[in-house]
Amino acid sequence: MTASDCVLRTDGLGKRYRRTWALRDCTLALPTGRVIALVGPNGAGKSTLLRLTVGLLAPTTGTVEVLGESPTTNTPQVLSRVGFLAQDHPLYRHFTVADLLRFGRSCNLRFDQGLAERRLSQLGIPLDRKAGALSGGQQSQVALALALAKRPDLLVLDEPMASLDPVARLEFLQVLMGAVAADGITVLFSSHVVPELERVCDHLVLLNHSRVTLAGDIETLLTEHRLLVGPRTTTDLDRAGTVVEATHSDRQTTLLVRDGGAPTAPHWQAHPIGLEDLVLAYLRRPAPHGAALPVDVAEVPA
Amino acid sequence: MFVFRLDSHSGVPPYLQLVQQVRQAVLLGFLRPGDRLPLIREAVETLAINPNTVAKAYRQLEQEGLVNGRPGQGTFVNETPAAAMSSATYTSLRRGLETWLRRAYAAGLDEQAVNALFTAVAHQTKDENVA
Repeated sequence: MTASDCVLRTDGLGKRYRRTWALRDCTLALPTGRVIALVGPNGAGKSTLLRLTVGLLAPTTGTVEVLGESPTTNTPQVLSRVGFLAQDHPLYRHFTVADLLRFGRSCNLRFDQGLAERRLSQLGIPLDRKAGALSGGQQSQVALALALAKRPDLLVLDEPMASLDPVARLEFLQVLMGAVAADGITVLFSSHVVPELERVCDHLVLLNHSRVTLAGDIETLLTEHRLLVGPRTTTDLDRAGTVVEATHSDRQTTLLVRDGGAPTAPHWQAHPIGLEDLVLAYLRRPAPHGAALPVDVAEVPA
Repeated sequence: MFVFRLDSHSGVPPYLQLVQQVRQAVLLGFLRPGDRLPLIREAVETLAINPNTVAKAYRQLEQEGLVNGRPGQGTFVNETPAAAMSSATYTSLRRGLETWLRRAYAAGLDEQAVNALFTAVAHQTKDENVA
């Protein structure tokens, strides 16, 4: 990937809080024009990676480049092209929606207030209402409208739907996907809810134990991986290092392999694997040797 | 206006679900030549789905010759889709199938057995037609 079609590039990126590594050895190149899901359990380092991306944190090791520039040194140039929505979509509760829009316009180099007003009126959200008096779903829509009003090239969202009910989640995704269709925005968002990702995302980054364990185009990942079911085998499992996970019953062995569809041995049956099962299999893998991480790495407070 | 739906638990990839729905709608006459499919943005906003997924489905339908995309206007069902059948053919085939199904259930077959039988015969007839 050349610099221009790469929205986020990290090289050996790491962040340490006192003695605990929240993120280690993170090397990524994420393509533009995609909807990228950052998936991992609580404490895996998702928020840390997102905050490094938008320049809210400085790396302990390695480098991060957003839209070809460092978010901590070229701040105004980069940040005017990046929208960020922190966890629980924080708003100033005592500001009216109109105040928030005015505030957004004064604080940004680029801000399309008319666009935000149109979006919010389509959703029936009154501009004279105080943010604190809106429902959770409406607050998330106001926060999203503010972020989209910047007309960002990259929109970074930290657990955007975690606190929303199913109807509000759907409405949030409808607006988000509509913006992607209309403006070709690249979206990077973290989530630990896998089932709804498949219809929304086309690129995946999996974080576990503070490290990237899987990253790539989702369709490619799904064709590279498959489940092999056959007679119980416990020896010679790690053929060429393609076995991701092995489970055994009395007579059968099930292997999740990443072999790109090599011919199956006799008595073995190959099955395709879904995104959710693939993600779960990778999340079940133990931490690599030598990582020596405490289990309760605290998630960065939003 | 044609409306897509999406079943997130079917195990069928989302783009393929869209392709199948258009194929089926053309086959059954719910979509007729000249009809416009939803714009990518419309489909995206109804389904809360990735635009690339809809674009991919439309590309595949175009390759199959079922629809054509006109830049700036939308995607339209083609004049003579090869797969379309007349409503008379549809009704008569459907009646025949209903009669057969009633006989199968009367003979004590359950839904699974019916599906298994249908699939087996469908495969066999397809092989014969190819050969």
